[in-house]
Amino acid sequence: MQPKEYDVVVMGAGIAGAMIARALSRYRLRVALVDRANDVGTGASCANSAILHSGHDPSPGSLKAEMNRRGNELWHDLVHELEVGHRWTGAMIIALGEEQLPGLEKLLARGTENQILGLEIISRAEVLRREPLLTPDVSGALWTPTAGVIDPFGGTVAAAENAVTNGVSLFLNAEIHDAVVSDGALVAVQTTAGEFRARWFINALGVHADDFMHLVGDRPDFAITARRGEYFIFDPNRVQVQNVLFPMPTDKGKGILVSTTAHGNTFVGPNAEEVADKEDTTATRDGMAEILEGGRRLIPSLESRDIIAGFSGVRATGNANRDFVIEISAAVGGLLNVAGIESPGYVSAPAIAERVEGLLRDAGLEMVVKPEWNPHRNARPAFKELNHEQRSDLIRRNPNYGRIVCRCENVTEGEIVDAIHSPVPARDYDAIKRRCWLGTGRCQGSFDYPRVMEILSRELDVPMTAVTKKGPGSEFLARTTKG
Amino acid sequence: MTCDTSYDVIVIGGGPAGLAAALSARAEGNVRVLLIERNDSLGGILPQCIHNGFGAVIFGNDLPGPEYAYRYQEQVEAADIDVMLDTMVMDLTPERDLYAMNATHGYLHFRPRSIILAMGCRERTRAQIRLPGSRCAGVYTAGTVQRLVNIEGYMPGRRFLILGSGDIGMIMARRLTIEGAEVVGVLELLPFLTGLRRNFVQCLQDYDIPLHLSTTVSNIIGGQRLEAVETVRVDEELQPIPGSTKRIECDSLLLSVGLIPENELSLKAGVHLDSRTGGPLVDSTMATNVPGIYAAGNVTSIYDLVDYVSKAGEVAGRHAARYAGAAGTARGGDAVEATVAMRPGQNVGTVIPQQVRIDTTGREEVTLMLRPNALIERKVSVEVWDGDRPIISFRENYSRPAEMMVHTLRAKQMQALAEANERELTVVIQ
Repeated sequence: MQPKEYDVVVMGAGIAGAMIARALSRYRLRVALVDRANDVGTGASCANSAILHSGHDPSPGSLKAEMNRRGNELWHDLVHELEVGHRWTGAMIIALGEEQLPGLEKLLARGTENQILGLEIISRAEVLRREPLLTPDVSGALWTPTAGVIDPFGGTVAAAENAVTNGVSLFLNAEIHDAVVSDGALVAVQTTAGEFRARWFINALGVHADDFMHLVGDRPDFAITARRGEYFIFDPNRVQVQNVLFPMPTDKGKGILVSTTAHGNTFVGPNAEEVADKEDTTATRDGMAEILEGGRRLIPSLESRDIIAGFSGVRATGNANRDFVIEISAAVGGLLNVAGIESPGYVSAPAIAERVEGLLRDAGLEMVVKPEWNPHRNARPAFKELNHEQRSDLIRRNPNYGRIVCRCENVTEGEIVDAIHSPVPARDYDAIKRRCWLGTGRCQGSFDYPRVMEILSRELDVPMTAVTKKGPGSEFLARTTKG
Repeated sequence: MTCDTSYDVIVIGGGPAGLAAALSARAEGNVRVLLIERNDSLGGILPQCIHNGFGAVIFGNDLPGPEYAYRYQEQVEAADIDVMLDTMVMDLTPERDLYAMNATHGYLHFRPRSIILAMGCRERTRAQIRLPGSRCAGVYTAGTVQRLVNIEGYMPGRRFLILGSGDIGMIMARRLTIEGAEVVGVLELLPFLTGLRRNFVQCLQDYDIPLHLSTTVSNIIGGQRLEAVETVRVDEELQPIPGSTKRIECDSLLLSVGLIPENELSLKAGVHLDSRTGGPLVDSTMATNVPGIYAAGNVTSIYDLVDYVSKAGEVAGRHAARYAGAAGTARGGDAVEATVAMRPGQNVGTVIPQQVRIDTTGREEVTLMLRPNALIERKVSVEVWDGDRPIISFRENYSRPAEMMVHTLRAKQMQALAEANERELTVVIQ
């Protein structure tokens, strides 16, 4: 296979990689975005709290604090530019009992030092008025009005789509297995989708960013620990909170929160457990008990029978003062590392992209703006969000929207077909799920599996037995029946 | 969007309850009936239930599911009932504004005189029983696999483990074995079988498939596809027994862990649900608390025999038609003389209907469907108590949670209900 030649290869198509690729798509550059999975955003970007943090929490002066504040600012425009599902709910950090009240003052001081606007300590009565389901033990809260919640899949997909539409080449199922360093500079990476040569390589490989650094001889001291967090989602017909509710932070992190989502569900999580296997996103009996118990400290009425889904993700916790690493490698030429991007990574991603852009420019990469660059990405119709008249109109234009495939979330065949033929095509069940929210409701796909398999088989022109849940190796069907 | 008010009765759901309801509504008089089904064919879950065990009560015959459905379908087609397939009801209001959609007609708005909820049920999922482990491919609910195998013609794996001794799980154990797959066993968390005994004999014993009681899944292992399942034995409190973990290699895990009535539309219409059944509170005419809205079948409570689902549909259809003003009846339905509530007491999980309309004329028989919640393997007495005295009693050979008890209240029992002091009676099994 001929090596592919680029100016910049972005490795890892999570939210950071996708945002970086989009930022670079603005210039006359040949940019490739590569990921080992069958879709973009399948790592930490798709299994996190999906909160656009205000930035009150990171240590003042840290890169995290700067990226979070700036990222939150940028997302306020980006959610419109990229048409991503979101709600600017604000967030509350809840103090329980009189003994936690002084902690709110400290948080307020830290947030103020981080230049976060609108922070305010609110009274017990006001907290309970805004969130009636909260425990009566609440004694007050820090209100951070600039926080919000986002559709975490939608954000990554939208950024990647906008990048692709503006000329970035996307390569999926491209797992990196080797790299070529010549005269102290990284010149090529070898993947299962062939060799990529470039002047610059951006390492946005999430929990594996350290592995890549070590592969090319960069920063042997730097290590990433995968910290797993588990989550539950509740039936919105049974329980609904209105806000993002944090407990008081500890040195272990922001704690187990209870929050609304961009779709109006309520979730609880995450715990934080170091796992030896960086891919270990299994759910555990102990972890599930821990998050439910943690959630009940804030919302005592959470019932396990109202849980409709559970998931877990791993955060990439770096050992460089636990701060983000966003820097051009001192040891290896042509390498820029974006590593240790744990929480608040999602909200920080646009700021990280901006910083990467600046670092490359300062390092001499010529950046000429393309006049045809279009920052706007149009969301595809989400049937569920439309009113009766709009639905009627849509079905008239395309009868595929008249066929409901997912009964709980009201996802239509039209939306599924759209997702399969979008700029970053959905090619497996989970990829459709991430784009359309199908199978995320009460029945968790029991009814839609056979229908979605049929649609994928038809649209991708592959046999039913080749349809997968999440890429090669995850085929749903073994064979046909005897008949 | 214009509102179509030409229908007297609209039935939501074309499964066994909806089919029977549509037919009995139409038979009641000169009423216009529309049956709305979201699937592309009628029969609900029956077409994929290719095993027998259907129809003994209604047809006096042991039929396979598709045949049972077909007999109703033929009658519906002959009966001047409008049917809309591939049509999803999207919204329902207490004023009976019904919004539906399909690819042919687009978005539709109806306001019928009465509505019958017959949406059936859905399966409990992995998340609802909080199964730990990987989210790999190869974990399915039993009903999904039944559809894949019996309708679509595909086998979703080669080596299966089944969690839950419910009927669909056991039936699928046999079906998959016949199709050439290996079924390594059926696990049941509880210390007793949760499905029908006849299915245990015919589906597991006859095929040498082991049943492991007091055992559940403790971990799901696999990257892209399921590789193995860890099982664990549980004590009387259903807590895992340390050291009892076993690893079972398999590429598929089937979940047969219960069914839940599907009531999202009912809630939109303001229908009150019973927290025990998960379905609407209904009286003996299958009327809900919302005037003109009736409910029947698995949407009200999970049944174990389809024949009784059809029978409940017949009752709902008849009364919905009367409410709509079928010829010879007063619009608004029969005057309610008096009602008594039926509360589950000792050893009783659920009672359908929750309210009985007193009718001592002998014209209306009422069928009480009881779900026991205790396993008692001896002769028992089913009693309806008025305060501190039993006023009705029936005999049963045993009490098994897997099997509903069915008792008909005839004129004599109705008289006893009419003479009761309390308005709320308690049903017990002793």
